[in-house]
Amino acid sequence: MSDNDAPIVLEAKGITKQFPGVLANDKVSLTLRRGEILALLGENGAGKSTLMNILYGLYHPDQGEIWIKGEQVTLHSPGDAIARGVGMVHQHFQLVPVMTVAENVILGAEPAGSGLHLNRREANQRVRGLSQQYGLSIDPTVEVEDLPVGLQQRVEIIKALYRNADILILDEPTAVLTPQEANELFRIMHDLTERGVSIIFITHKLKEVLAVSDRIAVLRGGRVAGTADPKTSTEASLAELMVGRKVILQVDKDEARPAAPVLTITDMQVRDDRKHLAVKSLSLEVHAGEILGVAGVQGNGQREFVEALTGLRAMEAGQVIIAGEDATGKLPRYITELDVAHIPEDREKHGLVMGYTIADNLVLNRYYHSPFSRRAVLDRDEIAENAAQLVKQFDVRTPSIYTHASSLSGGNKQKVIVAREFSRPVKLLIANQPTRGIDVGSIEFIHNQIVAQRDAGVAVLLVSAELDEILSLSDRVAVMFDGRIVKTLPIEEATRERVGLLMAGSEA
Amino acid sequence: MELTAPTTRSAATGWVFKNKWLLLIGAIVVGAIVYAYATNDRVTVAVLASTLRQSTPLILGALCGLIGERSGVVNIGIEGQMLLAAFVAFLANVYIGNLWIALIIGALTGALMGALLAFMAVTLKMDQIIGGTVINILAVGLTGYFYTAGLVTKGKFAPISLGPLADIPLIGPVLFNNPPITYLAIILVFAVHYVLFHTRWGLRTRAVGEHPRAADTVGINVFRTRYINVILAGAIAGLGGAFLTLEGVGSFERLMTNGRGFLALAIMIFGKWTPLGAWAGALLFGFLYALNTQLQFSGVGLPPQLIGSLPYLATILVLAGFVGRSRAPAASGQPYETEG
Ligand SMILES: Nc1ncnc2c1ncn2[C@@H]1O[C@H](COP(=O)(O)OP(=O)(O)OP(=O)(O)O)[C@@H](O)[C@H]1O
Ligand SMILES: [Mg+2]
Repeated sequence: MSDNDAPIVLEAKGITKQFPGVLANDKVSLTLRRGEILALLGENGAGKSTLMNILYGLYHPDQGEIWIKGEQVTLHSPGDAIARGVGMVHQHFQLVPVMTVAENVILGAEPAGSGLHLNRREANQRVRGLSQQYGLSIDPTVEVEDLPVGLQQRVEIIKALYRNADILILDEPTAVLTPQEANELFRIMHDLTERGVSIIFITHKLKEVLAVSDRIAVLRGGRVAGTADPKTSTEASLAELMVGRKVILQVDKDEARPAAPVLTITDMQVRDDRKHLAVKSLSLEVHAGEILGVAGVQGNGQREFVEALTGLRAMEAGQVIIAGEDATGKLPRYITELDVAHIPEDREKHGLVMGYTIADNLVLNRYYHSPFSRRAVLDRDEIAENAAQLVKQFDVRTPSIYTHASSLSGGNKQKVIVAREFSRPVKLLIANQPTRGIDVGSIEFIHNQIVAQRDAGVAVLLVSAELDEILSLSDRVAVMFDGRIVKTLPIEEATRERVGLLMAGSEA
Repeated sequence: MELTAPTTRSAATGWVFKNKWLLLIGAIVVGAIVYAYATNDRVTVAVLASTLRQSTPLILGALCGLIGERSGVVNIGIEGQMLLAAFVAFLANVYIGNLWIALIIGALTGALMGALLAFMAVTLKMDQIIGGTVINILAVGLTGYFYTAGLVTKGKFAPISLGPLADIPLIGPVLFNNPPITYLAIILVFAVHYVLFHTRWGLRTRAVGEHPRAADTVGINVFRTRYINVILAGAIAGLGGAFLTLEGVGSFERLMTNGRGFLALAIMIFGKWTPLGAWAGALLFGFLYALNTQLQFSGVGLPPQLIGSLPYLATILVLAGFVGRSRAPAASGQPYETEG
């Protein structure tokens, strides 16, 4: 319900924020009207999260003014923003894993009236009330660490609603959601705007922007590059506005020429953290020179499957053969040495060492080999040269190769991992959600790299929750459901509808 | 927190089932005590009373450690906090001559050391192990330098008998006839438990120790929370130090804490960072000390060195057996960067 006369509830005027070596926001101005969904687009590192953190009081601007509901404000801490009705769901969830849903929701704004005592019963009831009111079903008494990401997302939204937020900032909320969960989220967002809540919505998925937003603002290099109207925009026009050049959204590739099998898995069984069988008898084969896409709704055993395959998790039963060697139950180092590259699903946990520099992160898979290491001593010059070259080639936006991985923007972290995994010749590439949180321009680049690897004879195993990504890259599509590969289709037969049905568990 | 079980009955059976090992151990301990009391009441009472007193500085130290870590600050300076507090409380007793004022001064000394640790760990973002070591070295240096032999005090805390409660057999003389700091320690165990797990302050403290950024994003002041917790924890360690000079020995000796501050950390881990668990650990070690004294006293034919090493052997066993299964607060030991 876009309404150009609705009052302005939030306004940023000339916000500037300088980080060491990066001007993250350069005189950014932005307005948000009551009851609208404003989509904020921009490349990785464009400064979106920084701006949102400033509007939420977490970072402090060097210059500029913030106006909330007609009043100029200085936000010393998030508490100030919360008090004015601003709520934020962060790009990386801000939940305490060992606490229950209800405890996370009330934290910092515990129900009053009982003195010092923490009234958990009332907290649980309040959460139940909110979840009924907004159709966000959740059990308030479970611990957050036992929840899948989709539900954690829900907890974050309930957190904001509990605080009566009427200005809601959603920083890439759909990056980790399945398409079904994302649709659910959009329904909730519309529900909220009907009630007068105003929403800033950040995403890299242009389809979503066109589907849900009332207005679009684009950041580029820390500045506002322009605004757009979703009614008159297309994916291509938005991509161009974001990146500053034409982006080819279709992957351009020739027919695959598959050769001998590189990866053969027979009857793999893997247990998840709660000791349930998550992968139940999985068999597949990937040939040199082809891309096998594993499609499936998240939580059907993909994570456990890839972790077991790469040696990060114990296998219950089955056999893995990589390039003719038995890799069953081997250590990650052994598997890496079989010329396997791995882009892990969780970049913060398995992909990078946050406290290391970008340069060191870029050699994690081969620092102990020449030329980076000579007789157990690291060659710093070689490491720096390698880093300089990869940062340039993969367009990692960073002030320096000695910046810590922790201070990169989400998408640039992902690019560092991709750069490292593509930086040595391999026989097998295992890519789990390789473009999660990455902007369209970089997705184009990474997709082309994956195809180039295939053409060079690498066997590629692509696991992705993005059906578009699977369908545009794969030569064959394997659909995973309930711990099994239920069907493998050649790409010609893998229509969106058919794969979708298989993903939902019905035999097509 | 098992709050919303459908019926009370199933909640109760659920609780019993969840804590079956704890209940079993409890039953064995109670059985053993009753059996020992029936066999030899005088020695049993003596050993148990001594257990409680020996455990007092340990539980106070452990409470200090766990409050700090629950808020995200590792404190290995407990030993130093206790030593300095013992010394200052002793001097206060000598020159002021009032045990209660000396006790307060002891707690304040501990709090001051806590403030120093918080300054190093929170404001300066120093490595917390180094911060704690600074405190330990400082305490050894200061007490060693200012210590003069031959100071005499006007006595130490005497047991306070709690009227008719003290006349209950076995329980009375053990639990209800103690000097004040021992009572205080028991009260503090329950008070800290209540605060940590049943108040807003406790919820916020634990959030800060687990995930400070998450706490920050809901408007909790991470720095302030850590300062207050570490200072209060220091005051509790100060009480533990004051116990040694005002209630235990009655005078000061060089290095008289004798590793109790470090043992307290082991006890904290044994108790999985919970006050009640730590209390169980402290009582276990208190019992070993008491048993040790009793065995030497009654001249059992074991070499005293062997008996004396019991508590230390127990430390190793306990840590090797239990640490693997417990989990420290996730952000314990990590400085918080506001814009990091
Ligand atoms: N805490 C920090 N310290 C130093 N530099 C930072 C910090 N946070 C962000 N930056 C830098 O500021 C720039 C903007 O980052 P920001 O996270 O706002 O990007 P973004 O638009 O959200 O990107 P993405 O789509 O990848 O999430 C980046 O160059 C990043 O490296
Ligand atoms: Mg971001």
